[in-house]
Amino acid sequence: MRRYFGRKLFTYTLTFFIAATIDWLIPRFMPGDPVAGLMAKQGGLSPEGAAALAQYYNNLFGLDRSMPEQFINFWIALLHGDLGRSVYVHGRPVTEAIMGAIPYTLALLIPAILLSWWAGNSFGALAARRKWLDNTVLPIGYILTATPYMWLGLVLAFVLGFSLRIFPLSGGYGFNLEPALTWRFFTDLVAHWMMPFLSLFMVMFGGWAIGMRNMIIYELESDYSRYLEALGAPQGLVRKYAFHNAMLPQITGLALQLGVIVAGSLVTEIVFSYPGIGMLLFNAIKSEDYFLLQGIFLFIIIGTLLANFVVDIVYIMVDPRTRVGMRGGTA
Amino acid sequence: MEMGKSRVIALLAVASIVASACSSSTATPTTGATTGPGASTAVVPNAAPSATGLPVTDSTVYPRAETLYTTGKQWGPPSTWNPLDAGNYATGTLGLQYETLFMYDPLKDVYTPWLAESGTWDSAKTTYTIKVRSGVKWSDGSAFTSADVAFSILAAKNPALGSNLWTTGGVTAADATDASTVVVKFTNPAYQEWGQWLYNSAIVPKAVFEAKNTADILKFTNANGVGTGPYTYKTAAADRMVWVKNPNWWATAALKLDVKPKYIVDIVNSSNNVALGQLLQGGVDLSNNYFPGVKSIVDGGYGVTTYFAGVPYMLGGNTATLIPNTTKKPLDDPAFRKALATAIDTNDIVTKVYGSIVTVADPTGLLPNFSKYVDVAQDTALGFSFDTAKAKSMLAAAGYKAGSDGFVTNKDGSAIKLTLEVPDGWSDWMQAESSIAASAAKAGIKIDPQHPDFNTVVLNRNRPDATTAPKFDLQINNDVQIGNTPWTWYDYVFRSPLPFGTSENRNYEGYKNADAWALVQKLDNTPVENVAAMKTITSALQKIQLTDMPVIPLWYNGIWAQMNNTVWTGWPSDKGNQVLPATWNGYWNMGAVLMLTQITAVPPAK
Repeated sequence: MRRYFGRKLFTYTLTFFIAATIDWLIPRFMPGDPVAGLMAKQGGLSPEGAAALAQYYNNLFGLDRSMPEQFINFWIALLHGDLGRSVYVHGRPVTEAIMGAIPYTLALLIPAILLSWWAGNSFGALAARRKWLDNTVLPIGYILTATPYMWLGLVLAFVLGFSLRIFPLSGGYGFNLEPALTWRFFTDLVAHWMMPFLSLFMVMFGGWAIGMRNMIIYELESDYSRYLEALGAPQGLVRKYAFHNAMLPQITGLALQLGVIVAGSLVTEIVFSYPGIGMLLFNAIKSEDYFLLQGIFLFIIIGTLLANFVVDIVYIMVDPRTRVGMRGGTA
Repeated sequence: MEMGKSRVIALLAVASIVASACSSSTATPTTGATTGPGASTAVVPNAAPSATGLPVTDSTVYPRAETLYTTGKQWGPPSTWNPLDAGNYATGTLGLQYETLFMYDPLKDVYTPWLAESGTWDSAKTTYTIKVRSGVKWSDGSAFTSADVAFSILAAKNPALGSNLWTTGGVTAADATDASTVVVKFTNPAYQEWGQWLYNSAIVPKAVFEAKNTADILKFTNANGVGTGPYTYKTAAADRMVWVKNPNWWATAALKLDVKPKYIVDIVNSSNNVALGQLLQGGVDLSNNYFPGVKSIVDGGYGVTTYFAGVPYMLGGNTATLIPNTTKKPLDDPAFRKALATAIDTNDIVTKVYGSIVTVADPTGLLPNFSKYVDVAQDTALGFSFDTAKAKSMLAAAGYKAGSDGFVTNKDGSAIKLTLEVPDGWSDWMQAESSIAASAAKAGIKIDPQHPDFNTVVLNRNRPDATTAPKFDLQINNDVQIGNTPWTWYDYVFRSPLPFGTSENRNYEGYKNADAWALVQKLDNTPVENVAAMKTITSALQKIQLTDMPVIPLWYNGIWAQMNNTVWTGWPSDKGNQVLPATWNGYWNMGAVLMLTQITAVPPAK
């Protein structure tokens, strides 16, 4: 057990170090000087004053040091939870900007991932056994899973937001409201959340449903199922075994999909101007805010690694063979 | 079981948004009830408990009829309310919350005393005496005095604020001699820049800012600060800035001015289609975004109006200028630059790219509000206008012969291929760039339009050091905004010695002319009321500019303003209230605050 986690932890740490280093390097390879860009947007300053201000910004962003020094400072700051300062939010800490956006993204991602995974797998398993479900859910699933998140988002926005006016088109909550612990604010928040959630949920739902349906059919056709059937085991028991075995690739699939899902949620947020990490990333790119970009990527890296780690643990709990493997036995 | 878990998680996630949204708003004090007389009167009437026993939450809901929605200024989350952080403060920080000594109206060229009752030069014109307005109170109830004004002038000494008031500006002392008088002493006063300071720089409370006046003054974000203006801080989020009316605003009694909206919600720009949707659906009352196809928006029956009912729809706010790199062949040759200016069909840009919401710039580059400084006879004689045939003959006369491909070559026979850069994503400028290339090609000048990202444009433009030439050939730039003095434009064109490095913001073309720079300095040292002397100097500067053509003025970029009349009406227009309809930095104090006193709420339809 300890060796297994030790190995995993080492791999994750190494991955993190390499990813974070690349993340640090990329903005520094980009052409242009972010401070010069910032200064050019100031306007109206006297040249003498502009020079003083440029000096201030270089110091604020830590750009007045040598590259190796900047790299070491980056890691020291990172270990203190400091991701530097953002150009897009005018010199405020990057962590502040990211922390403000995280709740929105998590509130979209976590329910969308878990609900779609649960619902997709349940429907898929069901469809494998019911002809009429198979004939209806499957084609819909194929269409949904082939749909890009943002395109479905645009369709939803047009139908539910623009034509039917059921849900608001954009934003996290209404511009006429202030956050408060009131029913009105809560319902407004949920109304704004609904469409981005649906566009993520529906696409993922399709994918899981198809995957599960195929897996179940495969498992029911496999030798152990036939053997169980031949032994006269009840149908329910056979299906239970088939379901458990079909589940494993789906968990692996979830781990593999996480990166794609995060990317999808980013695009979805942009479609709905939903104030999460994706919107922040979009704005960071638009304002060429390398520090914020770096911070967001780092957040995505950490998030994806963490989620993978969780899936690893879940796998141990679900698949007895992993447990056996950890004790040094062979399955 | 699993379904139950997922539901719980989903609910938790939603709850976490609520919690974070609430906590983020409490991090910056917003409840108002505890701070400032303005905020408390706004909240108190609603504080009575409702029938259900829960507090009525009206202070967190802005009634549509009392709220003005604006957009177009803020490109990032509001993050500082420090009016001394001139480039970054949230929409309205200067103008709505903080005020200036004077208000300046570029349309009428008039300074109106604002926080000052008067400002006068002595006979030697080296001492400026400010009479501070009496009866003004800060929003925390404390009295506004001459000490605040003197401190605000003194704060400009702080290098972090990027002001040259105390260096080339000529200020040597600023003292509050009594509770209502501030005496500012100068040597070699830069009158033009002082005139700008008077209407452009915030007067801040000494009690709050004195302790912050260090090298880190820009790190002071001043959320929910103490101001004198018609509005106070209500709340802010990543996508909005909300102001609430200050019921004790001094101008209500002193100048009989009353701002109509109780709340102003400024929405952070997202994308143009979202902004346009908000404007057309009436979710936004005033949009300072650039939209293509303004004619169809105005004619579309959405209740949207602009400053002019027809062409050009918008007022001009700055001059889009073609900057040639005058240190490179063949752009170092004035004859070539003049031929290039003559070869560009600016009218094509105005009509095809902009749909006539901009106008062709005067060859002098001076904005329409400075037309009185244009030496018309000289302008007509020396100026340029689009004429392909003339451009060809000018090139031939200057010794640029056509090569085998039909494009002119350098005098040594080498090919000419000029790059023209504008930032990627600036769609109107990208189209303009193609138009310029097309019309220049007809005259035989080969231009290759490019659009690298903004930072690369800046990188190519800036001189790395005082002697190294920048990389670019041609760029379009519009750094100089409308204001009180033509000096700003000439400083921009002729600045000497050449600025360089990250902070370079003048004389991008690298043009050196000692006579011109001496004239620019002389203009700066001419009192703003001495229009005759200013005209003499600007005429001489125009002669140099039109002869040497260091930059090529193209068109007047507009003060983009689309006003929806569904909820609020009485917007600025050439027929009615003639003020600048803009929420951008520096515009509130150029008269846009008056717009808030002129608009009226439309009674709800029966």
